[in-house]
Amino acid sequence: MSSTSAVSALRPVSDRLAKRASRHVKERIIEAILFASAAISVFVTLGIVYVLLKESIVFFSQVSVVDFLTDTQWTPLFDDAHFGIMVLLSGTAVSSFVALLVAIPIGTIIAIYLSEFATPHAREIAKPILEVLSGIPTVVFGFFALLFVTPILQWFLPSLPGFSLLSAGIVMGIMIIPIVSSISEDAMRAVPMSLREGSYAMGATRLQTALRVVFPAAISGIAAAYILGIARAVGETMILAIAAGMQPNLVWDPMEPAATITSFIVQVALGDLPHGSVGYNTIFAAGLTLMLFTLVFNMLGFWLQRRYRERY
Amino acid sequence: MSLPAEEIAAIRANIASRKTRDLIFTSIGVLCLALALATIAALFVDMAITGWDRFRPGFFTDFPSRKAVQAGILSAWVGSLAVMIVTAVVAIPLGVAAGIWLEEYAPKHWITDVIEININNLAGVPSIIYGLLALGLFVYTFGLGQSVQTAGLTLALLILPVVIVSTREAIRSIPQMIREAAYGLGATKWQTVKDHIVPYSLPGILTGIILGLSRAIGETAPIITIGALTFIAFLPPSPITDTAPFLNFEWLKAPFTVMPIQIFNWTSRPDSAFHQNAAAAGAVLVAMTLAMNALAIWLRYRLRKNIKW
Amino acid sequence: MNTPKLPPTPTKIKAETKNFNFYYGDFHALKNINIQLGENQVTALIGPSGCGKSTLLRSFNRMHDLYAGNRYEGELILHPDDTNLVDPRVDPIEVRMRLSMVFQKPNPFPKSIYENVIYGQRVRGVTKRSVLDDKVEEALTNAALWDEVKHRLHDMAFALSGGQQQRLCIARALATDPEVLLFDEPTSALDPIATASIEELIDELKKKVTILIVTHNMQQAARVSDYTAYMYLGEMIEFGVTDEIFIKPKDKRTEDYITGRFG
Repeated sequence: MSSTSAVSALRPVSDRLAKRASRHVKERIIEAILFASAAISVFVTLGIVYVLLKESIVFFSQVSVVDFLTDTQWTPLFDDAHFGIMVLLSGTAVSSFVALLVAIPIGTIIAIYLSEFATPHAREIAKPILEVLSGIPTVVFGFFALLFVTPILQWFLPSLPGFSLLSAGIVMGIMIIPIVSSISEDAMRAVPMSLREGSYAMGATRLQTALRVVFPAAISGIAAAYILGIARAVGETMILAIAAGMQPNLVWDPMEPAATITSFIVQVALGDLPHGSVGYNTIFAAGLTLMLFTLVFNMLGFWLQRRYRERY
Repeated sequence: MSLPAEEIAAIRANIASRKTRDLIFTSIGVLCLALALATIAALFVDMAITGWDRFRPGFFTDFPSRKAVQAGILSAWVGSLAVMIVTAVVAIPLGVAAGIWLEEYAPKHWITDVIEININNLAGVPSIIYGLLALGLFVYTFGLGQSVQTAGLTLALLILPVVIVSTREAIRSIPQMIREAAYGLGATKWQTVKDHIVPYSLPGILTGIILGLSRAIGETAPIITIGALTFIAFLPPSPITDTAPFLNFEWLKAPFTVMPIQIFNWTSRPDSAFHQNAAAAGAVLVAMTLAMNALAIWLRYRLRKNIKW
Repeated sequence: MNTPKLPPTPTKIKAETKNFNFYYGDFHALKNINIQLGENQVTALIGPSGCGKSTLLRSFNRMHDLYAGNRYEGELILHPDDTNLVDPRVDPIEVRMRLSMVFQKPNPFPKSIYENVIYGQRVRGVTKRSVLDDKVEEALTNAALWDEVKHRLHDMAFALSGGQQQRLCIARALATDPEVLLFDEPTSALDPIATASIEELIDELKKKVTILIVTHNMQQAARVSDYTAYMYLGEMIEFGVTDEIFIKPKDKRTEDYITGRFG
């Protein structure tokens, strides 16, 4: 809003030009309603924090934080209950690692190809492929992992069990490819043409320009893509719930079945969950752990994205 | 001054080898895309073949059953429809209003920054956390129960960032001169928003809404966490009644199931006959999702034809 | 600086500024401007880029209110109300209903020709079809566009040529029965033929309204205006009858600008 210094406080305002109260009030009410809609997002976050903290506090009144972080068994629903989150974290970590092993190289190559090599015609074909890939519901991917990918993998690796982190991880990786490729591609496209022209003018090929000029220039955007991909992998539920088995094993071998934080929550939710029972509280403690990890990754990713957008 | 023959040959060889590497990379790039395409193709073909036997008209009108051959998706797709209605009714006004406030009203103030950061964060929260929010808050504390309304509300919050971001981007594309023309004629802020900003950004907003809904329809984890049952052999009560006021809302409070849950349930059965059902239902779900995405893109093209900026 | 008065001809003053200052944040964009707009006269603001002519123009209809951090100081008085338009007690909406603006690039709404012209009336709550129809015809006639579009009022405004779109924007501005028309370089985006037709129009329009026009084209100012003000770096250097300014400017800076020595 602009303001006027009170030089002419003396000159009266004619009726025709004076402020209309009714109009003013109406505008203010509408603005308040719109603001409330925007502010709801804050309440959602507060709600999530409240719910996770409230139930976790109950949980941690019964289980010490030290045990939670260091125990190597996860058997919350047994009589001799153990609550070592490491077990679930190992499943999450291994499956995410496999997924990223697939998604990062393939996603990056696709991004470089689309940004630096592909003809507009090729891009027209690639875009729908990637969009379709990112639109497939994860439960369908889970089905695909369990009933198509696992048998094929078992053909190559006969010792692979029916449920494994490997199978789920590979499919998860394919699911994440569009995320990595689109954010990386955006970052690379934002690099000014003049940088490329300088490289080409010296006789460099497309590949040399792409790898030595464009890729480094876009590095913070590309790092954002990887980190947001990690966040997505860590938070994925259904593919793991269906194809990785739900046995809470502390394993580092992807060729084993294992539970992750997310599939554990699903498993408990499928059973009976009396409000206030140990199982009920445990899923919130697990959820809190998950939330902390994804929050860190997401904030880092967004911060990196802002940095590269500002630069160009 | 020209170079000796051996040097020229060496330079030529160098250029040739670098060009070859270019070619190799292009091939690798195409191969990677082909891998993505192959995955999609394999998925579709696998589901079509596995689920082929189940594609009979009764599939859509039968309830789930203990016998795989007779099990259908009636309760699942009706449930999905019911939940989607609630999701749309909640997410659309909230999301569009929030987008309008952020683009047209928000002052440079720390509150605005807090809201924007919040929305960005919520976009990255795993869907199962929304399920925990719903379980802890909506089901018990607010007493909304394990019902259609809880599921719809949860999914609405999940897709809210998508709707808000599309609304904002659509509004941002409106040139400032159009706003100035409206204000210049004596329009108030609200008149400018309702007569110009919203109508001209409608294509982008609609696209965002449809994309958000197509994502919501495939969500499983939050719905499981709320407690959708997986063997539902009944439908929610009908909203239309014989007596005035001819509309009833009992269906909102009813227990329910949705398509992804049905697929999950059938996939998890050891009996492979049910895997065929899962494949068929999966094919239906994917078809629905793709149809919605295609609709969003087409609508955006059609509605943007009149706008020239 | 100069505080010139209007030459002693029987014209009333429609609007004037008294020691008017304007700040974009900390930047002092307009310094002690004193100008008078004669009723039913055309006043032109000329000067090099950045001199503040558009800033002054947009102060008249409180356009700066739309953006944060702007500040008005001094008086910008509209007659017969004898009210300072930049007084915080004044409603900018009411100001804009009486002072209309035409912009640099034609900016019709993506609506029909009819809906474009009528928007100013809709905003005031007028809904009666017959009243609106009459207004449309009157405004389009005054903008010299009626004959060309009367059979296709419900076509999209974008279907018109650049010159026609600008005349549509003028009709739109006229449909609110303004007392003052503010033109912000209205022909800079148009071809010479369209430009000539707009200039002819301005000559007709001044019989009904008071006009303030910003132009970077000196010849246009000389053709079209009765009074001209030369501005430089936020100050009003010279203000007077157009013929005198262009033939015998009193200030050397004015002379330098007019003879093309800079800018």
